[in-house]
Amino acid sequence: MRPDLVPLLWDAFGQTLYMVLITLVVGGFFGLLIGLGLYLSRPGNLLANRPVFAVLNVAVNIVRPVPFLIFLVALGPLTRAVVGTTIGIEAFTFAMCIMAAFVFARLVEQNLVSIDPGVIEAARAMGASPLRIVRTVVVPEALSPLILGYTFLFVGVLDMSAIAGYLGAGGLGDFAIVYGYRQYDWAVTAIVVVIIIVIVQLVQWLGNSLARRALRR
Amino acid sequence: MSEPIISFRDAVKEFPARGPRRRRHRPQRAGAVRAVDGVTLDIAAGEVFGVIGYSGAGKSTLVRLVNALETTTAGSVVVDGTDLSGLSEARLRPVRAGIGMIFQQFNLLRSRTAAGNVAYPLEVAGWSKADRDARVAELLEFVGIADKADSYPSALSGGQKQRVGIARALATNPRILLADEATSALDPETTADVLALLQRVNRELGITVVVITHEMEVVRSICHRVAVMERGRVVELGDAYQVFSAPQQAVTRRFVASALRDRPSPAVLRRLRGRHPGRIVTVRIDEVSGSSAQVMEVLADRGVHGTIVYGGITEVAERPYGSLTLELVGSDTEVSAALAGLHAVTAVVDHGTAAAPLEDQSDGRRDTTGVGHDGGTPSASGDLRVRPHRPGGGPFGGPTGLVEGNDR
Repeated sequence: MRPDLVPLLWDAFGQTLYMVLITLVVGGFFGLLIGLGLYLSRPGNLLANRPVFAVLNVAVNIVRPVPFLIFLVALGPLTRAVVGTTIGIEAFTFAMCIMAAFVFARLVEQNLVSIDPGVIEAARAMGASPLRIVRTVVVPEALSPLILGYTFLFVGVLDMSAIAGYLGAGGLGDFAIVYGYRQYDWAVTAIVVVIIIVIVQLVQWLGNSLARRALRR
Repeated sequence: MSEPIISFRDAVKEFPARGPRRRRHRPQRAGAVRAVDGVTLDIAAGEVFGVIGYSGAGKSTLVRLVNALETTTAGSVVVDGTDLSGLSEARLRPVRAGIGMIFQQFNLLRSRTAAGNVAYPLEVAGWSKADRDARVAELLEFVGIADKADSYPSALSGGQKQRVGIARALATNPRILLADEATSALDPETTADVLALLQRVNRELGITVVVITHEMEVVRSICHRVAVMERGRVVELGDAYQVFSAPQQAVTRRFVASALRDRPSPAVLRRLRGRHPGRIVTVRIDEVSGSSAQVMEVLADRGVHGTIVYGGITEVAERPYGSLTLELVGSDTEVSAALAGLHAVTAVVDHGTAAAPLEDQSDGRRDTTGVGHDGGTPSASGDLRVRPHRPGGGPFGGPTGLVEGNDR
């Protein structure tokens, strides 16, 4: 790899970090909210509400299966309305946040469904309000699988960032294609791939160990 | 009976056909399911009250009406002076907080230690950290697992988990403790420990305990009174001792038979006759009639030799109860005189001798009810019917005067 590419690689790394971190925080937060909404409003659950559940469920089912590349384009009008433009790192990060929220919502819901309903009943029997039950029972009891789900989300977001990068948001994916693939510089591609693998491994290791600690076994 | 602390008046709970999930025990039929069907019941302050029934009888739903985890479809439930029907969810929360509840599967928070679980209701009630810590230590001491305060539930045995559950249920000084199949997931020895603890809760703290169970053994060992439920209704209600000694309903007789195995089944009787050629009789032993001393005295007076061949005496609601099956050996006149004497002091079932067995009329019903001696006196020998019986009752089956005390 040419030495003059190193600063560019750092820039790309920074751009990827920017996209991924913002998406993880914003998308993760809204994903948690939507996921909790799905879980709580499900018929028979704490705040059973069939219409709310139906709307959330359909929304998640519509957004989640759309390939991200198409979603990015389809979201154009909304992106323009909110961000002011449909290209550039901010515009793509916006789309990533939305996709991540819906992906994470389903992961959250699936993990919460496994909570023993008896524990929630016990909390109700002790006079706890639904909000308190969410905060002190639902989330802590499912913390371990939630952490693993969040780790899974990270890999998905990293993947999304590469696609966004290719479309002009920059980042590691863009760097690998522009300076590696197109320049026939196989080493650049390899270095980027190695960096991505290392990041994924580190995050997965971190997620696993946090999840294990949260499991209390 | 002292002032009722829980009153059901025609309480009905219906679930829609495709109703809430997790109602494991209810058969799913088309149309609404009446889990509780017009129950009127008073539970007195300070008693240990049992609700027994098979799975799906509605007992779990009934108890959930008390702390408003379920609300009535019709009728009313008054708890400690508060009518729960029509109260908003927010208004029900403080009522729930004042009622402790323990569960078959313990329902501890896995993410919290034993101490953390016990502290949970105190957090809900807004206690300060210092007060919580002191109270938690006191409670764990009371239930005997102070050394497990920092253990997570996954590191505790079933009995220890239920002790944490009891400590948690008692945390906010409730006046009522609801125990939903609290011992059904425990082995017999641990069951006995937990029942003893519930008895202490009742005696030392004066807390009214409502025990839901499908095990008559639980009723036998700790309940003062018991209601038997079947298909959403209370089909029998009374003092535990009375219900044990004179069960009225087939379902009650089945439960009683499951807890008391003191009377010989037809198969046992056949084997007894094979081993013992003499006259075989089963006599009831309870605190009103027929102490074993009386029985032995009667036999000695008539010059009859009596050998105990089967049976046992146990306690129901801490009072003696059971039956003994004896082989009577002597001349025919002596044995007849002895039988008449026994009839005078207690309930007797005459099984005849190996050579001339007497069939119990209740044999046909025994198969369905699982308990014998409820069909009346032996049919084959009218001369032995010394003591009159009320229709439908038997020496061990129907109303025997044990409760009323006007029969003899």
